[in-house]
Amino acid sequence: MKKWFAVLAVVVLALVISGVAMAQDAPSGELEIFSWWTGGGEAAGLDALIAKFAELYPDVSVVNAAVAGGSGVNARAVLTTRMLGGDPPDTFQVHAGEELNAVWVAAHAVEPLNSIYEANGWMEQFPQGLLDLLTDAEGNIYAVPVNIHRSNVMWYIPANLEQWGVTVPTSWDEFVNETCPALQAAGVTPLAVGENWTQVHLWESVALGVLGTDAYNGLWNGTTSWTSPEVQGVFDTFLKVIACTNDDRNALPWQDASKMVTDGTAAFNIMGDWAAGYFLVDLALEPGTGFAWAPSPGTEGNFMMLSDSFALPVGAPNPAAANAWLSFVGTGEAQDLFNPVKGSLPANTTADIGNSELYNAYFQSAYEDWTSNAIVGSLAHGLVAPPAFSNSFGPALASLIDSGDIPSTTASLAQLAIQTGMND
Amino acid sequence: MKGRVNRDRLIAFLMLLPSIVLVFIFVYVFIGQTTYTSLTDSNAVQQLSRAQANFVGFQQYNSLFTNPLDYRFRMDLVNTVFFTVLFIAMCLGVGIGLAILLDQKVKGEGTLRTIFLFPMALSFVVTGVVWKWLFNPTYGINQLPTYFGLPPAQFRWFISEEKVLVFNWQNLPYIIAIIALGFVIFFAMRAWVRRRSTVGALLTALALLLMAWITFGGPSNLNGLPIPEYYGFNLALIAIVIAAGWQMSGYTMAMYLAGLRGISEDLREAARVDGASEVGVYRHVVLPLLAPITLSAIIILGHISLKIFDLVYVMGGGDNLYIDMPSINMWFTTFRAGDFAKGAAIAIIMLVMVAVVIVPYLISNLRKENEL
Repeated sequence: MKKWFAVLAVVVLALVISGVAMAQDAPSGELEIFSWWTGGGEAAGLDALIAKFAELYPDVSVVNAAVAGGSGVNARAVLTTRMLGGDPPDTFQVHAGEELNAVWVAAHAVEPLNSIYEANGWMEQFPQGLLDLLTDAEGNIYAVPVNIHRSNVMWYIPANLEQWGVTVPTSWDEFVNETCPALQAAGVTPLAVGENWTQVHLWESVALGVLGTDAYNGLWNGTTSWTSPEVQGVFDTFLKVIACTNDDRNALPWQDASKMVTDGTAAFNIMGDWAAGYFLVDLALEPGTGFAWAPSPGTEGNFMMLSDSFALPVGAPNPAAANAWLSFVGTGEAQDLFNPVKGSLPANTTADIGNSELYNAYFQSAYEDWTSNAIVGSLAHGLVAPPAFSNSFGPALASLIDSGDIPSTTASLAQLAIQTGMND
Repeated sequence: MKGRVNRDRLIAFLMLLPSIVLVFIFVYVFIGQTTYTSLTDSNAVQQLSRAQANFVGFQQYNSLFTNPLDYRFRMDLVNTVFFTVLFIAMCLGVGIGLAILLDQKVKGEGTLRTIFLFPMALSFVVTGVVWKWLFNPTYGINQLPTYFGLPPAQFRWFISEEKVLVFNWQNLPYIIAIIALGFVIFFAMRAWVRRRSTVGALLTALALLLMAWITFGGPSNLNGLPIPEYYGFNLALIAIVIAAGWQMSGYTMAMYLAGLRGISEDLREAARVDGASEVGVYRHVVLPLLAPITLSAIIILGHISLKIFDLVYVMGGGDNLYIDMPSINMWFTTFRAGDFAKGAAIAIIMLVMVAVVIVPYLISNLRKENEL
């Protein structure tokens, strides 16, 4: 018995000493990467990143601690519990923006990463609009974005539109007053939408289309009042748009809603550009002919973005390896490994976007918009509002669709914005 | 001899000690901890920055019942009540029906019993996925009538937005007071009929007091909600009731079947000899003897329905308010919004609801054991 302990103690001591010694030069030891990428292209993309990282840093053994389900809610619950219990992973996935700032940054639970940005020259390589969204009031940046998704995209099939005799609407007024009645007369669902969060996703496109860039941004920095007539108008338009959607919406995940378009039972669908991957890979359609896209009505010239990022928690067990990982995932090279598989845009402008073997026609065109458009943030995906606000926003929309009572919805949202400290 | 008894007791106590300690820590201390959290303003940011939570008394509870932003919680309460009543009714009805049918000495009883019991072996998640497909309004069981040349059914099942029995939450104190009045009057009349005049007089006095309180607007003082909010029985709950009932009816059947087997054949024979019809035997002999089973079934089903999470989460995707339950709201409030204190308050209210169902049962059980 005693001998066993002695052996164990020596081994542990040796491990600790070697760990300490090696941390000073090349990173080694375990690197625990926490994410909610467990399926499909996301998991494949993460695996590609990990494989390349292992090649670059053979001494680091990567632990992929992904938690499935609930579009990240489950992962966030586990992460919160671990952080509270003083057991942080080495790095974790988080939506850039308020989802990161209002919780992790506000609680001083993540480290600023400015030194990594400066050491790698990323201040010049990432677009300024993105850096503005990531930087807080003190000029600190807390996350390394690995990809960019666009939220305000409207999907359709050109041949079908021709057959029904409609064109792509360029404003919500046009959609509600002309496109929608024409399609309903033809017996087609004008707009396909799915369960609650996809309705929030639709709402942000309506809000941006009706309000325009500045007033939309004002909702999140406090310069646009929730009870103003303009915002009431957003909800009014939203209810009219909902009246043009399929009424089994609450039963459908986003894929089923997008599939209504390719099945020819619906004309349009507004969904983030992960739908491109669904059309291309799962349904094997040709971009441009099999499916086509346009900015959602009235949002031409705006790129509503969301981004998956990695952050460095305070007290990470292996900061050297975590730093190596963060320095790696921000490079154009790593983003070219991840994004073609996941189906998203690289955030780093040095990525090889012109390579049509990596990035298909949709992403080529989206990248043009990304580099030329005004960049705004998505509500449904955690960029512009703290989680406490988003948590109540979906149910508020559901209750609005039920009651149609716009003034009391906007009044309670105004109160919610104050209560969740959004306009500070 | 006496020493031996004491030593037995000591050993028994020592054997039980570990579980007593563990249950105390992992059940009662945690209940206490949750209760304390619900009385603070604890949230994710505060806890992650290692700040101390501030004690705010019953502010969270107050907000749940009176803040217009927390209407989701009130919707959950209404849903839970309707769901629980219908779910228990369905399980008891189907369960006793199946049990009586199986009790007719049918051929292949063992096989049938296994088939009826089988759904219980599934996880609620599996049940939810299966019934979500079946209830899909466009390609689910709504298509059944088309096999007979009829148009497909139109009911929208778990995504239905219809509601009936709509009431204003602000009137809830009135509604509860009137229901309570009804009960008091009923028991008062029963007491008079049974010639228990003291009880009858007391209850009558109580009824008059209640009536006066209602007439002079007493209940409206209990309303804290500033604007009217309308709730009702969401028809979407029917889908959840059927799915949950499908899963738990077989279990209720097994309980009833055990009860039926426990009723001696002599009793039934005696009733038949006295000229009772077969229906009469069930109505006057068998069913009254099954009352304790019904009580146990109600307790078990009741605590399942009050805590239900997985089935509804799978079917509704989380944010379908028409079938929302307090447990889902608790999970989202705690982990999506990071509002630990309010999540804890919802948890405590759920605990109280379950306790209301279970504690009287436990007490009556304890009494019976003491009598034995």
